[in-house]
Amino acid sequence: MSKAAAATADNVPAPSTARPKTLARRLGETLVPPIVLGCAILIVWYMISYLVLNSTNRFLLSPPHEVWLRGFADWNNFSEILIALWSSARVAAIGLSIAICISMLLATIMSQSKLIEIAIFPYMVALQAIPLLAIVPLISFWFGFGQTSRVVVCVLISLFPMLVNTLFGLHSASRGAHDLFTLHRASRLTRLRKLMLPAALPAIFAGLRISAGLSVIGAIVGDFFFGRGDVGIGQRLREYANELEGEQLLAAVIMSSGLGIAVFLFFTWLSKASIGHWYETRSARDD
Amino acid sequence: MTVSAGSLRASYGGQGMAPAHPALIFDHIGMTYANGTQAISDVSFQVSPGEFVSVVGPSGCGKSTLLRIASGLIRHSFGSVTVEEDKIGYVFQDATLLDWRTVEQNVQLPAELHGIARPEREKLAQDAINLVGLSGFEKHYPKSLSGGMKMRTSLARTLTLKPSLFLFDEPFGAVDEITREHLNEETQRLFNQERFAGLFITHSIGEAVFMSTRVLVMSARPGRIVASFDIPFEYPRNPDLRFDPAFAELCAEVSAALRSAY
Repeated sequence: MSKAAAATADNVPAPSTARPKTLARRLGETLVPPIVLGCAILIVWYMISYLVLNSTNRFLLSPPHEVWLRGFADWNNFSEILIALWSSARVAAIGLSIAICISMLLATIMSQSKLIEIAIFPYMVALQAIPLLAIVPLISFWFGFGQTSRVVVCVLISLFPMLVNTLFGLHSASRGAHDLFTLHRASRLTRLRKLMLPAALPAIFAGLRISAGLSVIGAIVGDFFFGRGDVGIGQRLREYANELEGEQLLAAVIMSSGLGIAVFLFFTWLSKASIGHWYETRSARDD
Repeated sequence: MTVSAGSLRASYGGQGMAPAHPALIFDHIGMTYANGTQAISDVSFQVSPGEFVSVVGPSGCGKSTLLRIASGLIRHSFGSVTVEEDKIGYVFQDATLLDWRTVEQNVQLPAELHGIARPEREKLAQDAINLVGLSGFEKHYPKSLSGGMKMRTSLARTLTLKPSLFLFDEPFGAVDEITREHLNEETQRLFNQERFAGLFITHSIGEAVFMSTRVLVMSARPGRIVASFDIPFEYPRNPDLRFDPAFAELCAEVSAALRSAY
């Protein structure tokens, strides 16, 4: 059997050209349903504003165009939301960065020694299990009522998923791959650098997506408890609710979830850009 | 042709070659796990360069344990193992490729771990890739390879350091029949070309007889060598050898020995 013949027999990579749907068509198929649903929601929203609520209590749910005009189109109001959002985004980013550093370091140490892993893990679970509300007084006691405490909340809330995923990822290399490194007498550092860390990347990115979303929540929640210093979006939300500014309240809520979505999309993109060329998310191949 | 356990002496098979210095010597090897399970008992045989020895046996008889002992991945309980060569090639059950590395980067890995400089390890890897017929696929990631190609990459990775002792741990069990036959032919061709010492673990009798100079039959747990067959066919072996009456007869003999080993 010649080499070439053998190569054709078992070496045929699935051709990816046989796809009749055009890009535009596929885009249409994924965009049209959510747009239709969005329109339906807008209609229901209008119906509630005008048919369920009367003019005295319409402020509870102002119609969409009012929200647009007061919350978004009015630059004074909108810039206020944007500035607050920026402050919260910064808090979330700092908190997330600290959580990433801590969890990477901890997970790496834990992956190197079963003993350390067993020792640390229960405390991480306990930390995760503490209701945030319960340690708010403690955080304010130690870190005051300003920016620092908000960052601490972000770190606490986003640490665990990141740690657990990184640890899981570091343990995810196959036994065979480990044997290979053992056979070639790889050092601990080489094994970590060339096997465990790259193998952990998909799990790390999965953890990053969860933790990033949580850190945004942490920043907004932190605003509620620790109001000193920069005005974050959480404080604005409370303020608008107190002042019965329904339109601005809704605009701020929409922008907050927008921030969450942006963060999620960013990390999804980052994950794809970093490991998409070798990591198979779903069964993209049909064999 | 059949030799009973324990008293088995290595016989140099098939090729009429002068027996070289053995690359691997198992001397009354026994293995008992910590929980008391006796995996293998009193196994003795040797493999010399130019010999391709296959071990067939029922699953769970400790065939793979034999390889793990030979490679030093686990320690045996009794007897002694002598491995002449520092460079051992180990072909795993799965391809065990690193998904984040391309074919050539995967093939380079052993050389990299041994600190061989880049230009040289690139050359070694390219040679190995050419040898298994994967040229043109150097830049591919494992996710775009078929099962057979992954196994070839794994084979190439083992070839990079040009080891003189090859250990194969049921490497072609997960691929389809046709691919398996192709890979058997490739392995046999590589053996004929490189004349390394090969120890091949399998539960496929046809595969063992097709590639080997000698086939050993292992009994169920605790694994012992209960029979040894010299395979006299000339290399390079033609795929049509599988339809040869002499081939079928040898397979039948091995099969009979295997059945009595359960």
